Amino acid sequence: MNEVMTNLNLAAAIPELIMAIGGMLLLMVGVFGDEKVTGRVTLLTAFLLVVTLIATLAGPGKATAFNGMFLVDSYGRFMKSLVLIGSLSAVAMSGPYMKREGLERFEYPVLIVFAALGMMMMISAGSLLSLYVGLELQSLSLYVLAAFARDQERSTEAGLKYFVLGALSSGMLLYGISLIYGFTGTVEFSGIADILGASEAGASLGLLVGIVFLVAGLAFKVSAVPFHMWTPDVYEGAPTPVTAFFAIAPKIAAMALFLRVILTAFNGVADDWQQLIIFISVGSMILGAFAALVQSNIKRLMAYSSIGHVGYALIGLAAGTQAGVQAVLVYMAIYLTMTVGAFAAILRMRGPDGMVEDIDDLAGLARTRPMLALALGIFMFSLAGIPLLAGFFGKWYIFVAAVKADLVPLAIIGLVTSVVGAVYYLRIVKVMYFDEPVASFEKPEGRLLSVVMTVTAALNSPLSFVLIYPLAAAAGIAAASLVS
Amino acid sequence: MVDWPILSVMLLVPVIGALIMLMVRGDDDLAKRNIRYVALWSTLVTFVLSLVLWANFDPSTPDFQFVEKYPWLGDAISFHLGVDGISILFIVLTAFLMPICVLASWETIQTRVKEYMIAFLVLETLMIGVFVALDLFTFYIFFEGGLIPMFLIIGVWGGVRRIYASFKFFLYTLLGSVFMLVAVLYMFFEAGTTDIPVLMAYGFAPEIQTWLWLGFFASFAVKMPMWPVHTWLPDAHVEAPTAGSVILAGVLLKMGGYGFLRFSLPMFPDASHDFTWLVFALSLVAVVYTSLVALAQEDMKKLIAYSSVAHMGFVTIGIFALNTQGIEGAIFQMLSHGIVSGALFLCVGVVYDRLHTREIGRYGGLVNNMPKYAVVFLIFSLASVGLPGTSGFVGEFLALVGAYKANTWVAFIAATGVILGAAYMLYLYRRVVFGELVKEDLIRLPDLNLREVAIFVPLVIVVLWMGVYPAAFLDVIHVSVENLLNQYGAALAATAEGMAR
Repeated sequence: MNEVMTNLNLAAAIPELIMAIGGMLLLMVGVFGDEKVTGRVTLLTAFLLVVTLIATLAGPGKATAFNGMFLVDSYGRFMKSLVLIGSLSAVAMSGPYMKREGLERFEYPVLIVFAALGMMMMISAGSLLSLYVGLELQSLSLYVLAAFARDQERSTEAGLKYFVLGALSSGMLLYGISLIYGFTGTVEFSGIADILGASEAGASLGLLVGIVFLVAGLAFKVSAVPFHMWTPDVYEGAPTPVTAFFAIAPKIAAMALFLRVILTAFNGVADDWQQLIIFISVGSMILGAFAALVQSNIKRLMAYSSIGHVGYALIGLAAGTQAGVQAVLVYMAIYLTMTVGAFAAILRMRGPDGMVEDIDDLAGLARTRPMLALALGIFMFSLAGIPLLAGFFGKWYIFVAAVKADLVPLAIIGLVTSVVGAVYYLRIVKVMYFDEPVASFEKPEGRLLSVVMTVTAALNSPLSFVLIYPLAAAAGIAAASLVS
Repeated sequence: MVDWPILSVMLLVPVIGALIMLMVRGDDDLAKRNIRYVALWSTLVTFVLSLVLWANFDPSTPDFQFVEKYPWLGDAISFHLGVDGISILFIVLTAFLMPICVLASWETIQTRVKEYMIAFLVLETLMIGVFVALDLFTFYIFFEGGLIPMFLIIGVWGGVRRIYASFKFFLYTLLGSVFMLVAVLYMFFEAGTTDIPVLMAYGFAPEIQTWLWLGFFASFAVKMPMWPVHTWLPDAHVEAPTAGSVILAGVLLKMGGYGFLRFSLPMFPDASHDFTWLVFALSLVAVVYTSLVALAQEDMKKLIAYSSVAHMGFVTIGIFALNTQGIEGAIFQMLSHGIVSGALFLCVGVVYDRLHTREIGRYGGLVNNMPKYAVVFLIFSLASVGLPGTSGFVGEFLALVGAYKANTWVAFIAATGVILGAAYMLYLYRRVVFGELVKEDLIRLPDLNLREVAIFVPLVIVVLWMGVYPAAFLDVIHVSVENLLNQYGAALAATAEGMAR
């Protein structure tokens, strides 16, 4: 009993505790508050996220809690910071949109808090059970968020679709977990690694099936091919700030979890899972590039673009090395700034009949709203990975890791698909800069939104020349704590 | 020597100019005027700096000079700058053409002047960056980054089919560069650094060299452009605004040749040796075939674009002749072509501004009412043909001498390109300038105005100077080229020795 108490080590989980308690308090504030409470809850949420971010950064270097089910290390710290920053920007960007659409309800920030808490649990998971608990906390919050515009058919459809498919993937994940437990006798990552390391024969067939199910479940969460089908519909249907949140935080968290479980628990059987990862990575890159070519809705386009970017990030996982992990961390950090910025720009575009989502309606944006077009142009070139902008550095690290791990063909496929991807990013630039203006835009509102957009645009601009090395160094330290 | 970081300053001046423009508010005539002057002054300052660079350059050593090195991504990748005899004149060429481009756009560009000038200044920084980079990673960023402003210049201020042309330009170049990036990644992995001087001395294994060479070749061949990946060039040239064509022909095409000299020859000598036949074959097709295609063109810009492809064929033949005359001729031809083809595009721009058509058949007899224009156009046409006394002759002659030393047949076939070149240029000149002045609207065309004269005079002077006294330029190049060839020879000998053993 005494031993259990010492292993509890609650101090390691202080950021999560702050989030959990804070989230519940916010719920109370919301429930018992008056009509104007939403603004206050939003503000408090932002405050809570900042406090948690500080607590995360100030946390212990390396620790375990709850008998090894909860791990704290610099890898987790890096990823949690990204998730918290992503959540913070999702809260900051929502204001004007929610007000316009009549969705100003206090549940929105509170649900983001709970989702972010789930993500932090996922990132810190040290066993398959805590992994699942964190994942479900996150997913349940996200299902509700997708259907947040409950009076709109599109949004409820998105929520329902997400829920049904998400439940299916959770089922697969659980099935995989049970198989892995059955064949190794433990759910802890370190325990599984020990058993796999001790056995001469490598993974047994049952364990392999378990790994396949586990990877399938996780691929669903990061929306990698062939488990990507939900992404475009959910992205299109959900309210735009929610879409922004979907594209950022859950993806980073799921990627963090993916890396940790594969590389710590199953590092001994790399030959078995590497081809799986290569397959879903190649599939995602190709589908992301080609399917986006024909999209006319910018939110759907961002969905396919995110599938492609997950494909690139997975190259780092396929490499399975420290350089690979570092590359994924750098990539996800840059992906965060690009995506936040792109959605901030999308959220600032509003025509006479509602939000502008059709790409053709962006025609002539460079004339009517030059700064907005410039920012969106920067994000598009950055997403395309053209040098001079931050996106290229992310790709550079990924492909360096691939070449180092002897995966040159994968790097070539990635680079060729990035040329195809460039076509649709360029199309947006073309519509904004080359076409004649057609639609008139309303004057944008929301100072915060423009601040978010400007800051992320600056981060993606050639200013990234200076920032890339500190980022890469931090990612290197974080990667070293995961894979040695 | 200069004891301040002149290369960084040269990279920064255009950027600062662009930032100043960004702050100019309003879209009235005064704002446009201010923007034009800011652009002119920043390009002029850069040009003066390039002259300072040239004046302080020591041509007696093949080492890199004015070297600056700042750590960037760890120890392996640094922001490393420097120039040698091969790169310095390209920098001067770039800086020389930019003020001319600004002047050429002075009146023709009336919409979105601010964005236009910003794009040009950013492009200038990137182009200079390509020639001063001494780190492969830095080089790649400058090399590829140039696509963005050029894409916008063609797409926003271009002609009718500008969207098609801009996409074609962007995607062709990007796809080519992707293979170079794979090679860069592999070299970084193999050598552990992207530092160009280190990589030059590294000595990759011959079988790897083959693949790396092909990777770089994919990129440079598109940029050059070599047959059969040249098809983006006529489209891009035709649709780009005049100044865009000048930069495209004057500087961007030179990056391919520069890349061969900076990377392919010193880093992959064995592969360069083995692939000489490929380069010769493609270049000969380019010289003969595109010259014939040029003969059949009805669009003035398209004709000059095809002539560029043919002239670049001489450059690649010269480079891969792999002897002093060949390489010096190739470099000289690139510099000369940069000025001559740029000037020819400006000549087309002059009549295009007046009549808004580039169709050759719409013109004729311009000598009667535009005598000054006829003289200028004649000088550049003859320089393009390679008349002795103009810059075109020196480069073509040296390249052919080099080719003759390497392979007689190559020189023989390439020489027919010279004849064809004379044919299409003189045919163009006759149709546009000579003949009866019968067309109504042509009679009213005014001759060159003061601004246009100011554009052409420096170009004429340089073309004649290069033709009459080429030593001023060749002396700068010579030592570096000799050093390049010595190392190439040593590397080949080392491989042969390794084989024998």
